[in-house]
Formats: sequence, structure tokens, C-alpha cells
Amino acid sequence: MFHQVSLSMLSISLGWALAAGAAQGGDTPDVQTIVNKANVAAYYQGDDGKATVHMVITSKQGQTRERLFNIVRKDVQDGGDQKYFVYFQRPADVRRMSYMVHKHAGAGKDDDRWLYLPSLDLVKRIAAGDKRTSFVGSDFLYEDVSGRSLDEDTHELVETTDAFYVVKNVPKRPETVEFSYYTVSIDRKNFIPMKMEFYDKEGRLYRTIESKKVEEIQGFPTVTLSLVQDLKSGSKTEMTFSNVKYNIGIGDIFEERYLRKPPQEVTR
Amino acid sequence: MRVADRKRSQKSAFGMGVVGAAVLFSAVFASLAPAQEEPNEPQEEKNPVREFFEKLDTEYHGFYETRIGTRLLDDPYQSKDLTIGEARYQFDLLSTRDWGDVKVKGDVYGDFVEEQAVFDLREANIFLRPTDAMDLKFGRQVLTWGTGDLIFINDLFPKDWVSFFIGRDTEYLKAPSDAVKVSLFSDAVNLDVVYTPEFDSDRYITGERLSYYNPILGRRAGEDDELDISRRREFFEEDETAIRLYRNISNYELALYGYWGYWKSPAGFTPTLTRATFPELYVYGASIRGTLGKGIANAEIGYYDSVDDRSGDDPLIANAEMRYLVGYTQEVARDFTAGVQYYVEQMLDYGDYQGSLFPGSPSRDEFRHVTSLRLTQLLMNQNLMLSLFTYYSPTDEDVYARPLVNYKASDRLMYEVGANVFFGDERHTFFNQFHDDTNIYMGVRYSF
Repeated sequence: MFHQVSLSMLSISLGWALAAGAAQGGDTPDVQTIVNKANVAAYYQGDDGKATVHMVITSKQGQTRERLFNIVRKDVQDGGDQKYFVYFQRPADVRRMSYMVHKHAGAGKDDDRWLYLPSLDLVKRIAAGDKRTSFVGSDFLYEDVSGRSLDEDTHELVETTDAFYVVKNVPKRPETVEFSYYTVSIDRKNFIPMKMEFYDKEGRLYRTIESKKVEEIQGFPTVTLSLVQDLKSGSKTEMTFSNVKYNIGIGDIFEERYLRKPPQEVTR
Repeated sequence: MRVADRKRSQKSAFGMGVVGAAVLFSAVFASLAPAQEEPNEPQEEKNPVREFFEKLDTEYHGFYETRIGTRLLDDPYQSKDLTIGEARYQFDLLSTRDWGDVKVKGDVYGDFVEEQAVFDLREANIFLRPTDAMDLKFGRQVLTWGTGDLIFINDLFPKDWVSFFIGRDTEYLKAPSDAVKVSLFSDAVNLDVVYTPEFDSDRYITGERLSYYNPILGRRAGEDDELDISRRREFFEEDETAIRLYRNISNYELALYGYWGYWKSPAGFTPTLTRATFPELYVYGASIRGTLGKGIANAEIGYYDSVDDRSGDDPLIANAEMRYLVGYTQEVARDFTAGVQYYVEQMLDYGDYQGSLFPGSPSRDEFRHVTSLRLTQLLMNQNLMLSLFTYYSPTDEDVYARPLVNYKASDRLMYEVGANVFFGDERHTFFNQFHDDTNIYMGVRYSF
């Protein structure tokens, strides 16, 4: 399946992960079908969605930092391009900053990203970077948020338990990532990725992402509590989604006008 | 309200009292900060002021900050080694209503260098979105457009060069405008019009606090020979209009600009050479920004029409210029970003300028080339930032470097150490004239 992103995206994207379809009775679908369903479930449920995200980052020493932001997503094309809008509320030094992503699903196409700094009234264009960079200083990576193309990995169904399909994902270009492979346990009933485990180049488990709580919202199974643990640094990030809504009819707010002054549907 | 306008006469016992109180206040808050961290439940702390404003449906935020910096070289034209020394409180109020937003943001600070207490109202504006095709913002506001990184061609909104050179937060490079901004939107193109009824100049270097090269004196000038300025204060007469016409094509951002106003820093002298002036200036320009390869490329151009000296033969008024900029930014490694820019100022009617120069005056080059390099490295979960921004002019043979280390000890507490380093070959060049102002500073900020 799935590339981690989906998973995380899922989680991050707040639960836009939905079940792509109820579990198939009987025969086990092939791995490509599982991956595609999980991807669709993770990224493209409904035409749009929004949520309030609260992250708590806890270091090995127990010091915490938090992030609070609203995120709004709109699909340009099902299974294709998407647009994201993130409006920060906490901490104080990033308050009222807005961040906009035009995600391009095509292979080799980088996302377009903008950041608005209100104290300078400055619209900054952000260079597409290493997608395995921390997102806002948390243990989630940018790729966890913005998506990792299914084409980046090869997928193998390694186990089917009563509850999960377990898919092993191996990067096609291992030099571009810090893991050698990762496994995803996908709920057989709703295709929600429940746990992802990343293994380093020496084959040791070093990073996990878990869906700790899944709720049904407007008929869509939605991850509302997600936990990333970095086993090497001892740091973890817990992410809680609230005010989740789907199919709200978001207009075309993904442009400079609204970056400079987000509409109330984003700020509230 | 304008810091640069303030005269030392304002210093008073009252001022020093406020300074003392502010320092104490800010020191107490900074020391309390770690104690307020609750390890497992990061919640907004109780704040009676915030609770008061919440009853009025108004968000209250801000920070306390202490910042101190000193000159590293001896400056014969300044009596103080201190380049910055201040205790600052910023409040930021936002009320979001169905009909629009009201925002008020202001700084109160005690300034040890100029020995005064200052209130700097940074924003006081109302934002309205009356139709789907129009936004309006009127009042005091900070305005920015254009594509340069710390190089401005078509952004003729006021800058605070004093703050920039002494190590205040980058936020303070932009001085506010008292203006009306009307934005019109359509599928084809968007238009911003900014009207400023009374000219808002830069907060430029006057000789107070920072010395500069004065071409009339033929030497560097400091606190004892502060520039005498002929200001423009005629409401609705000495006004400014700036427009931007822009649209995106495949996420390439295209813009055209126009400006009708005045040189933002003094660019002329009265015939008696006793006062500096802001001659009239019109600017026309264009820019483009978008993805190129793995990074972001930008290009910008501007024609500076120096209306009062269109022939270029008046030695007292700046000539017309063309200004060109190209830039490229890329993340070259994880959490490490590099940005380069190449900027050229071309003086027009250069022969007329040379022919009209006073004997003995240092002559400007026809072309001034400037390169800039920005390197930014994030470490420790992006809580530690190492940054270096350097301007280098191969034609002036001078350098301005801005190293900065910024550490976020917690979500509320931030430490910063930086420097402003100027050097070069000749005393009068753009950056090297500030050589003796080279300084190092540090700051602590507690945000709430």
C-alpha cells in the first residue's frame, strides 16, 4: 500500500482517511488493490474537508511543545492534485501565519508552497525541499502531511490476519530516504492504516505511526488521534483532530488573496 | 510616532522611569517563563488581560523582549558604544466581526541609547471584504510586495533602516504606512491600489545612533551633525499612490507595478545645501516568480523616474535609475536552504551626472552591482536556526554581513544573538560607510 504518507497523511490530514470501501468478504484482494484503496481512503474522501489539529511534541527529557492549527483540504481531481491551507494559532511566534500547498500528484512534479508572514505582510514562496524534513518541528515529516507517491515504493502483502492486511513497502530509490522499508497494518474492514513501522538501513525498527483512535464522522471512518514515535531520539508527537467536517463546499480559497487574509471558514 | 523623527529633547526623568520599569517587567517575565511551562499540558496560561479582552471578543497576544547590542569599533562621531538597548512590550489585539476585522498592534519600549520611552503604533486598521471581488484595509498597516529578499525595487513602502542595522527583529524593517489599500479581484487579473495621503518616508540613518557618509560634509557624519531634513507633510498634497496588477499563470506569479510619490530616503539637497530633501519619484516595474528546477526563481525590474531631475544634470538631486534583480532559492540539504540574488542599479544620464559633480566629490559608478547570499540551517527539531545573510558589492567593493543564531528554548521563550558587520575599501560606499557602526547584539523574547 501504502506508502507511509498515506498513512500519515491520513492521520495528518486528519482523518480524511476513510474507508474506501467496506471490507471485501472472502477473497483477499491483491496488494495493488489494497494500496490503491488505502490511498484513496487516505487522501480523497469527500470533495473537501477541514479539521483543527493539536500537536503535542514531547522530547525524551519530557519537555513539551505544541502546535495548534486549522487545516483545510480540497481535491482538484479525485486521486490527483489537491490543495491545502494551514492556518496557525499556536505557538505565539507563528500565530496567524498561513501556509498553502498546491499538491501535484504527477510523478516528479514538486508541490507549490507559500507561506504568509503577517508581521511583515510578506508572501514567501517556499522552495520544494526534502520531503522527509520535519513538519513544523514535530516528529511528523512533511511527506507525512503532503503525501508520498505510491510509485515511490514497491508493495508486498506479507501477512493477512483476522483484522489487518500487513503490507511491506520498499523504496525504489533507497538513497533518497532514511528507511530501508516500512510495513503498514491496514484495517481489513475500512482500509484505515492502523500502524506503520519504519526500519532503518540496518533493519532496526526506529519509527512508528499509530492510529490510536478512529471515529466515524459523517459516515467516514476518521483517525482522530494519531501518535508518531521516534525510537532513536526518544521523541514523540501526538496529534488530535477535532471539528472534523467533510464536504463543506470550500470555494477557491487557495490563492494569494486568502493567504494574506484567510476567510473565516479557515480561521474558525 | 516616528522613531526617526524623535529628538533627544524628549528624554526625561519620566522616560527613564518607564525604561526602568519596562526592563524590570521584562526581566521578571523572562525569568518566570520556564516555570510556567507545564510539561504535560501545554495550555494557554491564565492571563487577566487576555480574559478581559476575551469578554470583548478580542484576541490579545504579544511579547516582552529585552535586546542589547554594542559597537565593535571605535566611532569618533558617536559618544555611545551601545547601538541598541531596549526593553520592549508588544500588544496585538484582533477583533473579528461578521462585518470585518479590527486590528491594533503597538510597541512600548524604553530605549537606553536615545534615553527615552517610545510608543510605536505599528498597526491600527480595519479590514473589510465588502464583495466577492473586493477587499479594503484602511488605517495604519504594514505593506509588502515584490519578489526580492531584503532587496526592494517595487516595494516602496517605508523601511526602517535603523532597526535593520542595529539588530531589531526583521519585523521592524518594515515601518507602517497610514494608508488605504483597495484590492480588486477578477479571474483575469487582480489589482491592489494603496493610497497614502501623507508621504511616509523610510526611517533612514540620520547620524543619530549610526554614522553615515555625508557627501556635503565630505566625511562621515554622526550624532553632532544630524541631517536637517525638509519633510513633506502636506496632507493630500504630498501623497503617495502605489499599484500592483498581478495574476498567476501555472503558478508563475506575474506582476506589474507603479508608484507615484517621492524618494523614500533623502535623495536631494536644497540649493543652499543646508537641508536634505525627498525629491519626487515615479517608479514603473514588473516581476515574475515561480518554480525553476528544484528551487524558486524570481526576477524583478524597475525604472526609477527622478521627476525633479529628468535630464540628470542637477547635482543636488538623484538621477533616474534602472534597477534589476534576479534570485534563486533552493533547499540544498535537509533543513538547509541557500538563496542567491544578483542586483544591479544603473544610473541613467551618467554623463550629465559626472559633468555636474562638485569638484572633489567621490563619484558614484554608473553601475552598482550587488550580490546576496542567504544560508539558513535548522537544527534540533528546527528549534535552533543558524542564518547568514551577506550582501557583497563587487563594484563598491564592500560587504554587509548579518549572521544570526536563534534558539527557541520553548514555545514562549526565544534567545537570539546576531551581528551587523560592514566592511570595504572606501569610506563613502553604500555599505562601508557604516563600517564603524559594526555591532553585535543579543535578545530574549517571551511571547504570550
